[in-house]
Amino acid sequence: MKVVFERPRALSDVTTHYCPGCTHGIIHRLVAEVIDELGILERTIGVAPVGCAVLAYNYLECDWQQAAHGRAPAVATGIKRALPDRVVFTYQGDGDLASIGTAEIVHAANRGERITVIYVNNAIYGMTGGQMAPTTLEGQVTATSPRGRDIKQAGHPMRMAEMLATLPGVSYLARVAVNKPANIMKAKKAIKQAFMVQIDDLGFGMVEILSTCPTNWGLQPAKAMEWVDEKMIPYYPLGEFKVPGEVK
Amino acid sequence: MPKVEFNVDRCKGCELCAVFCPQKIIKLSEGINKLGYHPATVKEMEKCTGCAICARVCPDCVIKVYK
Amino acid sequence: MLGEKVLMKGNEAIGEAAIRAGCQLYFAYPITPQSELPQYLARRMPEEGRVFLQAESEIAAINMVYGAAGTGARVMTSSSSPGISLKQEGISYIAGAELPCVIVNIVRGGPGLGGIQPAQSDYFQATKGGGHGDYRLIVLAPASVQEMVDLTILAFDLADQYRNPVMILGDGVLGQMMEPVEFKDFEPVKIPKPWATTGRKGREKNIINSLYLDPTKLEEHNWHLQAKYREIAEKEVRYDTYRSEDAEVLVVAYGITARIARTAVDMARAQGIAAGLLRPITLFPFPTEAIAQAAEGAKALLTVELSAGQMVEDVRLAVNGKRPVYFYGRTGGMMPTPEEICREIVKVAGKEVAE
Repeated sequence: MKVVFERPRALSDVTTHYCPGCTHGIIHRLVAEVIDELGILERTIGVAPVGCAVLAYNYLECDWQQAAHGRAPAVATGIKRALPDRVVFTYQGDGDLASIGTAEIVHAANRGERITVIYVNNAIYGMTGGQMAPTTLEGQVTATSPRGRDIKQAGHPMRMAEMLATLPGVSYLARVAVNKPANIMKAKKAIKQAFMVQIDDLGFGMVEILSTCPTNWGLQPAKAMEWVDEKMIPYYPLGEFKVPGEVK
Repeated sequence: MPKVEFNVDRCKGCELCAVFCPQKIIKLSEGINKLGYHPATVKEMEKCTGCAICARVCPDCVIKVYK
Repeated sequence: MLGEKVLMKGNEAIGEAAIRAGCQLYFAYPITPQSELPQYLARRMPEEGRVFLQAESEIAAINMVYGAAGTGARVMTSSSSPGISLKQEGISYIAGAELPCVIVNIVRGGPGLGGIQPAQSDYFQATKGGGHGDYRLIVLAPASVQEMVDLTILAFDLADQYRNPVMILGDGVLGQMMEPVEFKDFEPVKIPKPWATTGRKGREKNIINSLYLDPTKLEEHNWHLQAKYREIAEKEVRYDTYRSEDAEVLVVAYGITARIARTAVDMARAQGIAAGLLRPITLFPFPTEAIAQAAEGAKALLTVELSAGQMVEDVRLAVNGKRPVYFYGRTGGMMPTPEEICREIVKVAGKEVAE
């Protein structure tokens, strides 16, 4: 009898602080599996965001830098320019990347910065207690949109993947979800591609990952997985928005 | 024979494994683990196919799968 | 140009000194009156096989500094007052995470967009923290183009030695003026950086971080930082004096103002007033002891600044009420003439030295 599934080596053997059913844990594991499969643990440097994933540096076994809110792509740029032969990735939520850090992500993408961005979109601010995010859906109730997000007052949910895909510096860009087994497998493939375009020196790689926040959505974990299908995917369609021709 | 092993004290009882298990053999235990949750467990291991779906949807990497 | 004197603009001299000091990466954003520095390094860094990158903002530039400094490289950024305000968040993180780097502020008048003429009104921001939290920068204040070179080289060494950001606090006059400078032959100090995030090959993982959620740990970290600042205060104070031994009116001024004040001291001496000058070179650590001692022999002190009165507070703390401390300042980019300062010296002498 052989082991067909176990904890990847790059994933730290600790209990995370994430709420029960929060899919950050799945995404962490997928990144760890990719790092293991590519054999890059010893030359990878992660950049942790501000938000629920701020403690990501405790959960993956690579070197880490913790960045100020939204600034992870700039920090990653500094690391990558200093050490071009290392693999550098950021792990950012939707408040971090799509709100306070829009300038940094747009310009890192536009420069074709050789970094990989893991962008976790759960349509809400988790760490601060469930406030409206730039990605919060129309009508979605949050702590700061108690009557549901009003487009006239708060603007539209931001589709970062579509927006960034227009930039020539971007080599790989996909939107995936981790709300069911088949989607999780696709998410892993996309994460691997986003690392590969960096390793192959092709350009900027990013994966937007639709993730759940059972606690702040007020849903059981399994219901939250369904909510991604019912509410998020219709507005945030899955797929590859940019693929380089020459990726191996 | 395929089997799954749970790292009981890492389980947060979110039940995603139970919901997605094609064989529907995962349930939450009566007992409480170190974290204060009812951890997931398998009652009829002989029905396990070793598909590892439970492990792939687990956000806490609780499950090890043998086949 | 080794060993020989060359004529250079202050801003460019900082750039060349950074290269000599082994600065491997420089992150820029244009702003007057420091733009000659990024322009110089845009040309020189690639020549040396090093990194010049123009960031999308001062905020991005300082965070690029954070990332690159975290790999153990020697890194610099530069700006002028409004841009330095934007960098404050990043500077606080850099101080918290104890990353060595050099930040150049070629100060212009404020507040707000202010103007583009020289000022010294960022003294509080530079020496008292600037961003959030209990932290200090080492702050070096050159008064000549040669000193811009020497202090830039020193800045990189101090940054590495103490794992602390170092600020060069210049002003628009120094940045723009041309003077002959000499680049002496030297070996940049090499300090091992086992904490750097370079990939974990052959060791445990490293984390560059300023987050301590446990208050006992955060307090411990703060006491560690404070102990470091005390050590810096003990070991790194630098200042210069001019005709201060028998001074009855001691002028305290730094940077370009100190040069004008020096002429004013000579003018006052010519009128029979025993004036002298003490010029802080390090603004943090501040030459508190030296000023306290010099004050013993003086009748009064006069602080002169291109501000509404900022360093004067530290001079008063140093003197601790034992002598009167007067202030004379110009703001908004206006410069005092030697005659103006001399007049103030005469006024102070009239009040405090009159027989």
